[in-house]
Amino acid sequence: MTGIDRITKAFSKGHVAFMPYAVLGYPDRQASLAVVQTLAEAGADLLELGVPFSDPLADGPTIQAATQKSLENGTTLKDCLAMTGELRQRGVNTPALLMGYINPIMAFGIAPFVAEAATVGVDGLIVPDLPPEEADELADACAKHGVALVFLLAPTSTAERIQLVVEKSQGFIYLVSLTGVTGARRDVPPDLADFVARVRAQTDKPLAIGFGIGNGEQARQVSQLANGVIVGSALVKLAAESLDNMRALAMELRAGVGK
Amino acid sequence: MMPQTKGKFGTYGGQFVPETLMPALAELETAYEIAKADQNFQAELSHLLKTYVGRPTPLSFAKRLTNHLGGTKIYLKREDVAHTGAHKINNALGQALLAKRMGKPRIVAETGAGQHGVGSATACALLGLQCVVYMGEVDMARQRPNVFRMQLLGAEVRAVGSGSRTLKDAINEAIRDWVTNVRDTHYLLGSVLGPHPYPTMVRDFQSVIGLEARAQILEAEGHLPDLLIACVGGGSNSMGLFHAFLPDQAVAMVGVEAGGCGIESGKHAARFAPPISSNSRPMMEARLGVLHGTKSYILQTPDGQIAETHSISAGLDYPSVGPEHAWLRDEGRISYTYATDTETLAAVKLLSQLEGIIPALESAHAVAEAIKRAPTMPRDSLMVVNISGRGDKDLDTMISHL
Repeated sequence: MTGIDRITKAFSKGHVAFMPYAVLGYPDRQASLAVVQTLAEAGADLLELGVPFSDPLADGPTIQAATQKSLENGTTLKDCLAMTGELRQRGVNTPALLMGYINPIMAFGIAPFVAEAATVGVDGLIVPDLPPEEADELADACAKHGVALVFLLAPTSTAERIQLVVEKSQGFIYLVSLTGVTGARRDVPPDLADFVARVRAQTDKPLAIGFGIGNGEQARQVSQLANGVIVGSALVKLAAESLDNMRALAMELRAGVGK
Repeated sequence: MMPQTKGKFGTYGGQFVPETLMPALAELETAYEIAKADQNFQAELSHLLKTYVGRPTPLSFAKRLTNHLGGTKIYLKREDVAHTGAHKINNALGQALLAKRMGKPRIVAETGAGQHGVGSATACALLGLQCVVYMGEVDMARQRPNVFRMQLLGAEVRAVGSGSRTLKDAINEAIRDWVTNVRDTHYLLGSVLGPHPYPTMVRDFQSVIGLEARAQILEAEGHLPDLLIACVGGGSNSMGLFHAFLPDQAVAMVGVEAGGCGIESGKHAARFAPPISSNSRPMMEARLGVLHGTKSYILQTPDGQIAETHSISAGLDYPSVGPEHAWLRDEGRISYTYATDTETLAAVKLLSQLEGIIPALESAHAVAEAIKRAPTMPRDSLMVVNISGRGDKDLDTMISHL
């Protein structure tokens, strides 16, 4: 079974998928493995594993600080691949996507990176600064190894861009709920339903919504619009403070998403 | 020489940005293409450049410097006397006019040395636009007069405390702001960097420098110069000077990067400097990569993290370089070298004392290269050096070093 297959299956369980995010190497290498394991045990259908980058321009303060700490710990893209492999060895079988910026991937080498990612058990990639127009080389490498390359849509996306992304995105489409960077917000954006409807009109592929979702009630509201709910900053904030509190939030989110 | 495909210079350039910004870039590209072809827009910009900025800026013969160095005749293109004291105003006014046409009432900008921030704040004051400028904390400390100038001009200066707290981090924050407020905000990027159409658009707005210089040197000397020299941070003043001369094959061009404490020290911002041979793993090396929406050469660690660069001049302290520069270097059309902090300070002193012109630390990098080259060139040859800005903003740094 390829990564694309495993991700597709995660969206075919008859309930909305819960996809929590964690920064690899934060608060440190071992602790981050425990964080991911905890998220998997709390009922994650998919895992989004953040790869640190020095200049994360799509991220808000919480993830900026966490990825910065991870870099200070010496985390490299190679380490992130090794950590994913270690999680698989520990029996974490949840489909996993690496989320990271394009420059470290280019430095690693696009083809060798995707080959190694597939080998260690990475199922998909999310690269926020790589729109489909610039993604040919990475898309070819992913296709060769059955790794899903997931593209994003935003509330500003036009009908033409929606068409392009729904054609190119594999496994699911990542809908950025708001115009802005990552980080928990107080309310679900009022125009989210319209945005989702515009995308839904153009595709039957699973739609997962992320950015700004931080509690069970928001997760519940968003789950009524989508096939998947992605939560990052709110969990990352707790990852270094208390694993118990993070587990509690993950379970609250899981319950909000419904099962 | 034209880029092969839209938005690309050879393999460099492109649009590496979050999806949220892709529609805004398309909107900007369309608006710019229409404005570029619109005589009313061009007339309005030309009128402002003449009556407000004070263009054309002079081309000054540097007689005493020429005699002192004993070689080629040196001319100085005087962007330092443009309103606000640097070439940055050319682009800031052009983009602010465009933003107004696009109905965007709010401007965000980044600044390193503060000259682009001041240029943006000035253009916004003139045209009645709201202006927010992001500036790294390190740069705010070393360019204090410009912080106060921006505030006096009505702009809000937001300190950036993340990363290296310099220009690159200011750009990160400006992009984050733009992603958040994209519907009513124009990002007034200050150099030939970033995603398409910025490298092309900023070059076009700065190309007035070279168009003027070409006409001025022909009037003064009756023939084209043998060599052009300009400093290269992101690369807007150099591209502005060079662009009009690109078809003139006999005109050589040198871009001068920030050599900082020397290439072997690892504390510099010379993206095109040849790698030093060393048995130990280098802390940073220039490789093809992506930063701030464009593919170009970037100083980075072996793991692909963007390196923290160093230069005595905030405006050259940046790990990447405009994609058109990378392409023209590959084409062999422009050559690149660097000047160290020490050479730069010596150049400031020499130009000040022989010509009565205190150059910005950025521009003094070009002067430092002129000092090296002039004695090796024949007396009947001609050199044009771009004095991209004046040094008033750098007095604190100069006082502590000279």
